[in-house]
Amino acid sequence: MLEKIILIVALFSVTLLIATYLTLAERKVAAWLQDRIGPDRAGPWGLLQPLADAGKMFFKEDFIPTNADKWLFIIGPGIAMFTALLTGSVIPWGPDLEVFGTTVELQVANVDVGILFIMGIVSIGVYGIMIGGWASNNKFSLFGAIRASSQMISYELAMGISIITIVMMSGSLNLRDIVEDQHGFNWYVWKQPLCFIVFFVCAMAECNRAPFDLPECESELIGGYHTEYGSMKLGFYLFAEYINMFISCAVISAVFFGGYNFPGMDNFSGNTLAVLGTLVFFGKTFFFIFVFMWIRWTLPRFRYDQLMHLGWKKLIPIALVNMLVTGVVIAALSGWFSGEKPKTAEPMQTKVKTEQPDKRLSMNTNTH
Amino acid sequence: MESLSNRKKVVSDKKMTFWESIYLPAVLGGMWITFKHLFRKHNVTKYPEETREFAPVYRGQHVLKRDEEGRENCTACGLCAVACPAEAITMVADERKKGEEHLYREEKYASMYEINMLRCIFCGLCEEACPKEAIFLTDRIVPTYFERDNFIYGKDKLVEKVDERIDISKRQLTGKRPQKS
Repeated sequence: MLEKIILIVALFSVTLLIATYLTLAERKVAAWLQDRIGPDRAGPWGLLQPLADAGKMFFKEDFIPTNADKWLFIIGPGIAMFTALLTGSVIPWGPDLEVFGTTVELQVANVDVGILFIMGIVSIGVYGIMIGGWASNNKFSLFGAIRASSQMISYELAMGISIITIVMMSGSLNLRDIVEDQHGFNWYVWKQPLCFIVFFVCAMAECNRAPFDLPECESELIGGYHTEYGSMKLGFYLFAEYINMFISCAVISAVFFGGYNFPGMDNFSGNTLAVLGTLVFFGKTFFFIFVFMWIRWTLPRFRYDQLMHLGWKKLIPIALVNMLVTGVVIAALSGWFSGEKPKTAEPMQTKVKTEQPDKRLSMNTNTH
Repeated sequence: MESLSNRKKVVSDKKMTFWESIYLPAVLGGMWITFKHLFRKHNVTKYPEETREFAPVYRGQHVLKRDEEGRENCTACGLCAVACPAEAITMVADERKKGEEHLYREEKYASMYEINMLRCIFCGLCEEACPKEAIFLTDRIVPTYFERDNFIYGKDKLVEKVDERIDISKRQLTGKRPQKS
């Protein structure tokens, strides 16, 4: 019980710390990509910049517009922050740790429906934006909120389908099982590159990040759903966005890039493996965060119809076909078409894995 | 119609090919370009610590010059105020008293001389109009203030100090004839 509490507090503070410094990292990466230096006044290399920003946010006037729905206006950023923080709880951050003779799982809640839980919480996250935008009683906020919800709902479909493909391969919704399944260098991205691309694009759209930042495009909607927000309520929205980015990068590296697995991990064991694995996992996560930022400062924003076109007419069919092909290959490899029926439905996954991993890999890539 | 230059381009909205329509090659190409910029040297001048070199024709904050003996050149003729298109210059003329010969070069001087830096457009017509080589624009920058009153520069800020002369010898295109030396 105690170790769970420690883990929760640690995860909470680490998430907040990372999100804080992501704001600085974003500005620094943007600067480097544009041949600039970036913030460097507050502390060495601008390392105190997030503190300065937070101080500014805290000391601004906490303002509620006259015609806004007061309670919803307050609840909106709260929901956004709450859901953003909640998703981190089911992600396995590393292999088991041995502390004082007890085994500590580096995961706050090892839920059997882990990935489903994340999808569910992410869907609730739409409410934070929708309520905030609606309660502001401002047409730009409402526009932003409507765009956000339609975008997130559209892209959740393709995201869910690509996740189902992975779930079919691993045979489990449990995130730890999915990660354990990619032992060593046996990552899912090698078997499912198309699925990864679909998931990556959808994750970017779910985070409302450029090139999918229509909900808050400054140039058209003067900030979108948080136009009317100021002070720390605005801070919550921006913070929730960065936490979401961190969590979705963690999910991407857990589901497609083997989480805490790395090639040559069999040479280590015990606590060394746990620490190394956690570091590797964070390394992968930070790499994807960098890729997110890199894409943001490279690509221009999608137009609304292009966004919908990409989501509904391209990503969803691709994800569906990919899922279908994967299903057929899995069925073929477990002997469904060769006349002899598998003994039970359940062990077909393990059988495939132990017998012919190479063949499945080659067949799967051929079909694309 | 015949095209006016050889840079004419026919705009087309032809359908994208399959390769183009999956966006990914273009996206990766763009990312490669930004990635190359990641390692490029920045071209930032950290302003308050280092300043960029100004062009010799740069027109910044004005100075009211003194002559070699430290006497003010300005005789309050008012030509600069007349020339000023933004009407930023105001002055009050006064007569030189006995015993003030070491302060003012001629019998008439400006007891009050003000330039409103918010109105000034730094066109340089005042220095061009000045017959006494009294007013010049320099390479100094007018700083920012929070109050409008601070932008009205009086003689205390405009006239150069006797011991801290402002060097305007590098200024070009002041509208003056080259001095005989």
